[in-house]
Amino acid sequence: MTTQLKAIIECLLYLAEEPLPVKRLRETIPGAETREIVSAVEELQQDYESESRGMELREVAGGYQLRSRPEFKDYIKRFRRVEPSRLSRAAMETLAIIAYKQPILKSEVERLRGVEVGGILRTLMEKGLIRVVGRKNLPGRPIIYGTTKKFLGVFELKDLSELPTLEEFTQITGETLHAYREDS
Amino acid sequence: MPPATNDASGDGSFSVRLEPFEGPLDLLLFLVRKNELDIYDIPIARVTKQYLEYIDLIRTLNLDQAGDFLAMAATLVHIKSRMLLPEPAGPEEEAEDPRQEIIQPLLEYARLKEAAALLEKRHLLDRDVFTRDFVSDELFDPEEEELVRVSLFDLLSAFKEVIAHSTGKVLLALDRFECTLEEKVSDILERLGRSRNLLFTELFTDLHRRELVVTFLAILELLKLNLIQVVQPAQGGIMRVYLVTQPSPAYGSDDNTT
Repeated sequence: MTTQLKAIIECLLYLAEEPLPVKRLRETIPGAETREIVSAVEELQQDYESESRGMELREVAGGYQLRSRPEFKDYIKRFRRVEPSRLSRAAMETLAIIAYKQPILKSEVERLRGVEVGGILRTLMEKGLIRVVGRKNLPGRPIIYGTTKKFLGVFELKDLSELPTLEEFTQITGETLHAYREDS
Repeated sequence: MPPATNDASGDGSFSVRLEPFEGPLDLLLFLVRKNELDIYDIPIARVTKQYLEYIDLIRTLNLDQAGDFLAMAATLVHIKSRMLLPEPAGPEEEAEDPRQEIIQPLLEYARLKEAAALLEKRHLLDRDVFTRDFVSDELFDPEEEELVRVSLFDLLSAFKEVIAHSTGKVLLALDRFECTLEEKVSDILERLGRSRNLLFTELFTDLHRRELVVTFLAILELLKLNLIQVVQPAQGGIMRVYLVTQPSPAYGSDDNTT
């Protein structure tokens, strides 16, 4: 069964538009148990790895997805003839704040960055990277922001816990500050 | 790319090439790094002086942005003045370092900048890694997908798209050819009679701007008469037009059709 199971999963992954969660695979393949599916996926993952294929099997946004290898990006850009849209440095910083500090209010984002962020929040919303998660019980019922599932997919994250915690950045001294200014 | 470079020349004046800072914290952090300072022990007088020199420039270049920077300047000056005051004489009470007011936000900002840099370095979808490109027309299966009738708003925005993408073949005014609403209505019905269904956009291909409007009005008219229906997948996507006399695909909750 495993060989066939692997082939079935490969085929489904090839045809899927979104990352496929294990649950969806289980519903689609009658008789296969979660444990079998997970180990078949892992084997498939290794196959892709060891045979140095053009695609790799990644676990993103709570599911599995076939993605091209990063080293082939230039071919793909030529092939698709599109220049990928980029996030500005300001947008990236704002997104990082929301990702790490969510759920968070706009006013808190602005306090952390020291500048107004209304326009950037709109851009990030339009790109589907952040969303409104609720409103805070404060005067004016301010909007609370958080990241989306698409954010996980775009940044190749399994889930939010895969982000390093901010505490891991605490050993910042003048020296390291200096060091990363160099490469920015 | 450093946001700015400058050289303190002999007379202490700055020659500055300025690129935009993201904000006051960004500028402050830049000054800390440029002078290789310890973030916990910032020589406030020196940093304040340099900071003020920068915002003078920012003010001359970009008044809009200056406001953000001025508040921080005020904070710096305030800290500086507090540091000039003699230490309180009380023996047990250790006075808090006035610089705490900027150290904390600065540290936090530095951390977040690093976090942003790490995010930026990941393999980003559609920048470094790619998935298959699904233009799901050929995968469209009315039996499988939940379809909903589109609202007037959806129709309008689809029509807006059509107009935006029309190549703007401006028909010369001397062409008196005009297609009437009735002609268009029967034209659409005829085309739908031939094929099972049509893409919403197909109805608009190769039309002149004026005809686009008539076509759209004809679609609205046909919807009102309940002769056609326009559906799309529940999660949005390609709109299709069906004749009502045909067995139409099952669709879910429908709201206002027109």
